[in-house]
Amino acid sequence: MRAFTQHQGIAAPMDRSNVDTDMIIPKQFLKSIKRTGFGPNLFDELRYLDEGKPDQDCSGRPLNPDFILNQARYKNASVLLARDNFGCGSSREHAPWALDDYGFRVIIAPSFADIFYNNCFKNGLLPIVLEEQIVEKLFQETESQEGYQLTVDLDSKTVTTPSGESFGFEVDDFRRHCLLNGLDDIGVTLEDAELIKSYEAKRRESSPWLFNAGN
Amino acid sequence: MAGKTLYDKLWDDHLVKQRDDGSALIYIDRQLLHEVTSPQAFEGLRLAGRKPWRLDANLATPDHNVPTTDRDKGIDGIVDPVSRTQVETLDRNCDEFGIQEFKIKDQRQGIVHVIGPEQGATLPGMTIVCGDSHTSTHGAFGTLAHGIGTSEVEHVLATQCLVQKKMKNMLVKVNGQLGEGVTGKDVVLAIIGKIGTAGGTGYAIEFGGEAIRGLSMEARMTICNMSIEGGARVGMVAVDDITIDYVKGRPFAPSGDQWDAAVAYWRTLHSDDDAVFDKVVELEGADIKPQVTWGTSPEMVTSVDGRVPDPAEEADPIKREGIVRALKYMGLEANMPITDIKLDRVFIGSCTNSRIEDLREAAEVVKGRKVASTLKQALVVPGSGLVKAQAEAEGLDKIFVEAGLEWRDPGCSMCLAMNADKLGQGEHCASTSNRNFEGRQGFGGRTHLVSPAMAAAAAVTGHFVDVRELTH
Repeated sequence: MRAFTQHQGIAAPMDRSNVDTDMIIPKQFLKSIKRTGFGPNLFDELRYLDEGKPDQDCSGRPLNPDFILNQARYKNASVLLARDNFGCGSSREHAPWALDDYGFRVIIAPSFADIFYNNCFKNGLLPIVLEEQIVEKLFQETESQEGYQLTVDLDSKTVTTPSGESFGFEVDDFRRHCLLNGLDDIGVTLEDAELIKSYEAKRRESSPWLFNAGN
Repeated sequence: MAGKTLYDKLWDDHLVKQRDDGSALIYIDRQLLHEVTSPQAFEGLRLAGRKPWRLDANLATPDHNVPTTDRDKGIDGIVDPVSRTQVETLDRNCDEFGIQEFKIKDQRQGIVHVIGPEQGATLPGMTIVCGDSHTSTHGAFGTLAHGIGTSEVEHVLATQCLVQKKMKNMLVKVNGQLGEGVTGKDVVLAIIGKIGTAGGTGYAIEFGGEAIRGLSMEARMTICNMSIEGGARVGMVAVDDITIDYVKGRPFAPSGDQWDAAVAYWRTLHSDDDAVFDKVVELEGADIKPQVTWGTSPEMVTSVDGRVPDPAEEADPIKREGIVRALKYMGLEANMPITDIKLDRVFIGSCTNSRIEDLREAAEVVKGRKVASTLKQALVVPGSGLVKAQAEAEGLDKIFVEAGLEWRDPGCSMCLAMNADKLGQGEHCASTSNRNFEGRQGFGGRTHLVSPAMAAAAAVTGHFVDVRELTH
């Protein structure tokens, strides 16, 4: 996994709550058997005026001029500002894959849906929870200053605005450690393979019915 | 010391290692796999040169992409080449790694969350995961079950464990009795209406109270299924006689001495009387009426005798904007009665409501009636090949077909429209599925979530109606 230590980038404000994973990447694009290539279809139904199809060249499609990411000033945004309960809905990891493929590295919101939040960390994408008033302040500053960039430091757990104002955020130690070092979770877990085997042996004895293969 | 909740017990029984940083390794007893969220996980195993840790813990079936017609053609019946590749990839991965799969032509094929319980592959006391957020369904059996992303699917395949942090405990208690004609779907929609779509975020919810205890396994599965629509990855119901009777005799369930030992353990799977919950929410069963969603989030719900809300009456500006946007998308006017909403299509199916009891409830309503002439289509999609066979043995298929509904083959179908079953732009659908998000059932489609009985009532009248007016 790609490590995340520090990132500086243009912030784009997505001003709606409960952005669901169907909105982030509609179902017709889940048919891919790859992890990459979802970027052109990120927020497909909001971003384009027509209905998107898998494996389509999106360069000639009609853009929705009202959609935030279609505005020139947010073209190279890599920090997404969002509202409450971002990423609700399905468990599809295609949602963080699409955000990552588009170029986002950080998402800042007052709250996230659990599964989405968890999926981000597996893909080098950093979801940051900040208090609602702080997020509101960032929304206002982003909208009023073109080229507004935020600097995110995972080591010191801070988000810093262009004026130098800094906000601390919380993140689990294990997740932070894996992200800072780009660690593969599976490799870390397999260091405890003997422990897993001994748990499993005990379980096989106490609950043998869980080890029936069926029919 | 306070007693343990059901969630505490399940957590403790599966704890392999508590790490100093607050995370834990939790052992997973069962992983269900389907074609959409597994290909990249198998590919990851292959690239890293890893093998599945324990083959017999896995069970796979294709469900999201499968067509609901022409199933005798098997994979050749999948017209969309991209969908077809995904189903073929699941077959190839299961064959290569040696994982049991109910393939497209197997009568046991169906929606993962229907076939797990149906086969007894879902047993009380298990930890169950699947790359699908509606894995919470299995919590109806006193299991710790939740949806995971594809990286975690790969993690469980490779290690039989998940890295987790313990959630908080929430009890949702439904007191007293439910009124006649009020179903599990109405209960869970009412709960989501009360706690909101993020109300359960960070919690494992246990559904309890007299009304829940009185429900069938099918109804309990419907309720646990939609925990995620209330923000909670996990929903659970304590084990009782209803649970144990349901499990008995199923293909993967234990028998003989092992059955007795299992039942003795399963009977401990309830929250202790002195267990402490971080949050308790109570509803009165008698207050719950048939529910209908009017908006684009499951929390945008009201009773069938209610009205579409007026954004002008909402004080919170973000919520107000959300209502305005939802009404625009849904093509509805503020303050209009729910019963004035006219439907274009009806969908009865999905992992929420495609089990035999759901089909019986819908059939009872449409029996001797006809689908309204204004409707373009009314679909009935059973949750599995075995549900289909059971329904046909009971003659339900004939009741549906005589009333003008289409009787289809099993799969996820129009719940998320990854196959050919979908809504057209602007069409309103009375749907027994679980999400009313924009575009969920088709580009520009408008979803109203309801119970199977309410969907059936909408099918024969062409608009929403309190099903109790038809059945009384």
